[in-house]
Amino acid sequence: MAKAFNNSLADPNRRTFVQSLAGVAALASLSMPAWAMGKMGGALRNGMDEVSGPNVHLHIADGMFRTGNRSGHGIGLNGTIPGPLIRLREGTRANLMVHNMLGEDSSVHWHGLLLPFQFDGVPGLSFPGIKSGGNFTAEFDVRQSGTYWYHSHSGLQEQMGHYGPIIIDPEGKDPVEYDREHVILLSEFANMHPHQIMKKLKVAEGYFSQQKTATFDDYDMSAQERVMWGRMRMMPTDIADVSAPTYTYMINGHGPADNLELPFEPGERVRLRFINGSAMTFFNIRIPGLAMTVVQADGQNVQPTEVDEFQIGVAETYDVIVTPQAGTFALAAESMDRSGMAQATLTSQVGQRANFPKLRDPPLLSMVDMGHGGMVEGEHDGHGGGAMDHSTMDHSRMANGKIDHSKMNHGATETPAPAMDHSDHDMGGMKMRNTSLLPASVEVGPGIDMVAMSPQDRIGYSGLGLDDVQHRVLSYKMLRALNPDHNHRKPDREMELHLTGNMERYMWSFDGKKYSAVSDSPLRFAYNEKVRVKLVNDTMMAHPIHLHGIFFELVNGAGHAQPKKHTVIVQPGSSATFDATFNEPGDWAFHCHLLYHMHAGMMQTVSVAFPKKAGQ
Amino acid sequence: MKKRLLIVMTAALIASPAFAQADHAQMDHSKMDHATEKASDTNHGGHSDHDMGSKPMQPMQPMSQTPQTQSGPPNAADAIWGADAMRASRKALYNEHGNMSLYWFQGDRLEYRAREGEDGYLWDIQGYYGNDTDKFWFKSEGEGSFGEAIEQAEIQALWSRAIGPFFDLQAGVRQDFHGAERTHLVVGAQGVAPYHLEIDVAGFVSNKGDLTARIEGEYDHRLTQKLILQPRAEINLSAQDIPELEIGSGIDSIEAGLRLRYEITPEFGPYLGVEQEWKLGGSRDFAIADSEDPSVTNYVIGVRFWF
Repeated sequence: MAKAFNNSLADPNRRTFVQSLAGVAALASLSMPAWAMGKMGGALRNGMDEVSGPNVHLHIADGMFRTGNRSGHGIGLNGTIPGPLIRLREGTRANLMVHNMLGEDSSVHWHGLLLPFQFDGVPGLSFPGIKSGGNFTAEFDVRQSGTYWYHSHSGLQEQMGHYGPIIIDPEGKDPVEYDREHVILLSEFANMHPHQIMKKLKVAEGYFSQQKTATFDDYDMSAQERVMWGRMRMMPTDIADVSAPTYTYMINGHGPADNLELPFEPGERVRLRFINGSAMTFFNIRIPGLAMTVVQADGQNVQPTEVDEFQIGVAETYDVIVTPQAGTFALAAESMDRSGMAQATLTSQVGQRANFPKLRDPPLLSMVDMGHGGMVEGEHDGHGGGAMDHSTMDHSRMANGKIDHSKMNHGATETPAPAMDHSDHDMGGMKMRNTSLLPASVEVGPGIDMVAMSPQDRIGYSGLGLDDVQHRVLSYKMLRALNPDHNHRKPDREMELHLTGNMERYMWSFDGKKYSAVSDSPLRFAYNEKVRVKLVNDTMMAHPIHLHGIFFELVNGAGHAQPKKHTVIVQPGSSATFDATFNEPGDWAFHCHLLYHMHAGMMQTVSVAFPKKAGQ
Repeated sequence: MKKRLLIVMTAALIASPAFAQADHAQMDHSKMDHATEKASDTNHGGHSDHDMGSKPMQPMQPMSQTPQTQSGPPNAADAIWGADAMRASRKALYNEHGNMSLYWFQGDRLEYRAREGEDGYLWDIQGYYGNDTDKFWFKSEGEGSFGEAIEQAEIQALWSRAIGPFFDLQAGVRQDFHGAERTHLVVGAQGVAPYHLEIDVAGFVSNKGDLTARIEGEYDHRLTQKLILQPRAEINLSAQDIPELEIGSGIDSIEAGLRLRYEITPEFGPYLGVEQEWKLGGSRDFAIADSEDPSVTNYVIGVRFWF
């Protein structure tokens, strides 16, 4: 069934789409299945079908879901988890009709799609939500191409299976040539109700981790380091808030026990469209024996970059090309904390199962993750190159005598030498929570348990646990837009936003203020204003920060070729900077895409003014 | 003596990390200047691309200084769907993202105590309902020997307010159900001190004017993911002799315990342990006069659970 042909010559609508062995049931959607008739509580199938635009119907309904030995309550779309692949075409008008058959309100957010804000699918912000039994139609012009996804923005439904992939085929020739494609949608399944998960996170720090430090553990840590972490009331294993064994990690709704098989013909260029649709999990992706050429990030084409492994944050997408010869390959998606792995077998022989690599030793957070500067190999040249404005260097931090060495390299001309004092690199003299380092915009309170003392821009960092592997690993610094923007405009202004939190109380916020506390004060932007936004992570967790409705450019030193993204990982105790042109008017959600962080309050409204009409 | 002890107790309370952590948002003056400096430059929104080249890049400024063409809460969707249609979902949106309240109940120590003479029992439970910063917190402790009148039993109802990242200030009432039943006003602090030390410090003023205090600390040391060694200490203090309760002024009693717990699940862990109790000073004299042993070793078996 897998017939090879050159995609660039083919009509995309006729393209063979082989997403999983479960996908063959697509024909069944022609009749009226249970989910389309409003029957609930049936079994939800693993894997997804494909529905093509312009007219697409999605039925949200709950039911029982099973993967391996684990079964539980799930929410599916059109009877499957994930929901169906929605295939659209650039330059057409999409008509996406959502039917809510749940007993509660629901919604669908089209993640990464450019559309009028009222169709963006955030209840209470872009629209009133979809009532039980109700429906909603998002109708808009498709003005982009690439790999995207969709998911619920209501409560914690996303954790239960309410997500699915979107592929938009380009109007013209796709610059990416490939013979076959597979969607790799990563997610988790838990049979614990998400509200229970949230409660346990709130009342019992570290509840889900089976990898905490202990007297009898295998971590290579000195007694002194262990004591130091204890004194800070922090855990160096706080890497994933929720993890295996509570989670079964899945690819396209299949856990490791389901033996998901992805076929190919030897010599084909296979495009793998990775989507991290999980609620809480960063994955390290590798296919031992196969190099991966990254061609797209967050739906935006990038200059091809060959790597052996990459880390994908929650809500990000990466498209890679692999060209396997005959054989069987292990597609291994290891959770960042290395508690588990999502697996699929990429094979040219039906029925083969790959040998999957063992989980590597769990990584530990370091002092750099605590915002304690320090030099990290190969990163000190990762700043925004010529675009970096050194006048923004924070003088108050210098006065404090705790200057991050890597920053000094850039601001050398204006750095007073006496400010350099490395005595504080001794853990003993370290201050965990010097709130005087925070700008006035940050509200200091119980919700902040740490302030990054000298946050680095770690744009060249490949992700926790991947900085010391012996092969090529992707970093944001390697991403360069395929079509550089030669009319690169300088930002009109800059702003700094702090990511704040309290691990013990499980409080998460921007600038120390939970979403519930800033309902009347959104982040406001003038229409078409270009703003450089610096995100400073004053926590020890990596946060995937997602802006709805607008793509921003990562300030990664690529100049005119800064890559466009909808989600950026801000590494622990570090900063990340993006340039955004606010040319999509309306109210948009802006939040950490770790579901329980968002639920705890790490969210804000971005309010973009409407353009003035002529004559006004 | 009385006065000195009062001072010691007050000092103990004040020195507790809770107070050290109270948040003082010390504003950095150099940053304030930055903000005001740019206050005039608030009207460059809505420009088209071509005149941007002449604009110098602006240093950081807080959001309150941004160019605004509108103000107030976000309401773009009202124009599309109607303000009435949006109202309920907007309220739900904010409530769902940060305003959650929850309950928690913990049996910290529910144990059988084997010792010389009559064996005894002990309970030490607590729980709360509330949100991140404000909670209703209750606590109950009690102990006794089998076949005898209950030795000590109390319940506390407290308002618990987060005053720092790791500590809550607690205030409320305590009712005793043993001996000369008393009602106390309670002011205390509870939270996590450096080294993950769980601390509970409280001062009590009874309806008879007696001033007492209690300092408890426990620490969970993981031997493995499931096996936990928990040292625990408790000190009871009194500012005066309370003959009805056989409490002498000064340090009334000290307890030091070590419990080895196996967490079958994080919520449920049976344990074995040993705890030593000493009565000191005046309390010791009361005990001896009563021909009670002022020093008791308990071998304990119990369970810790929460939900």
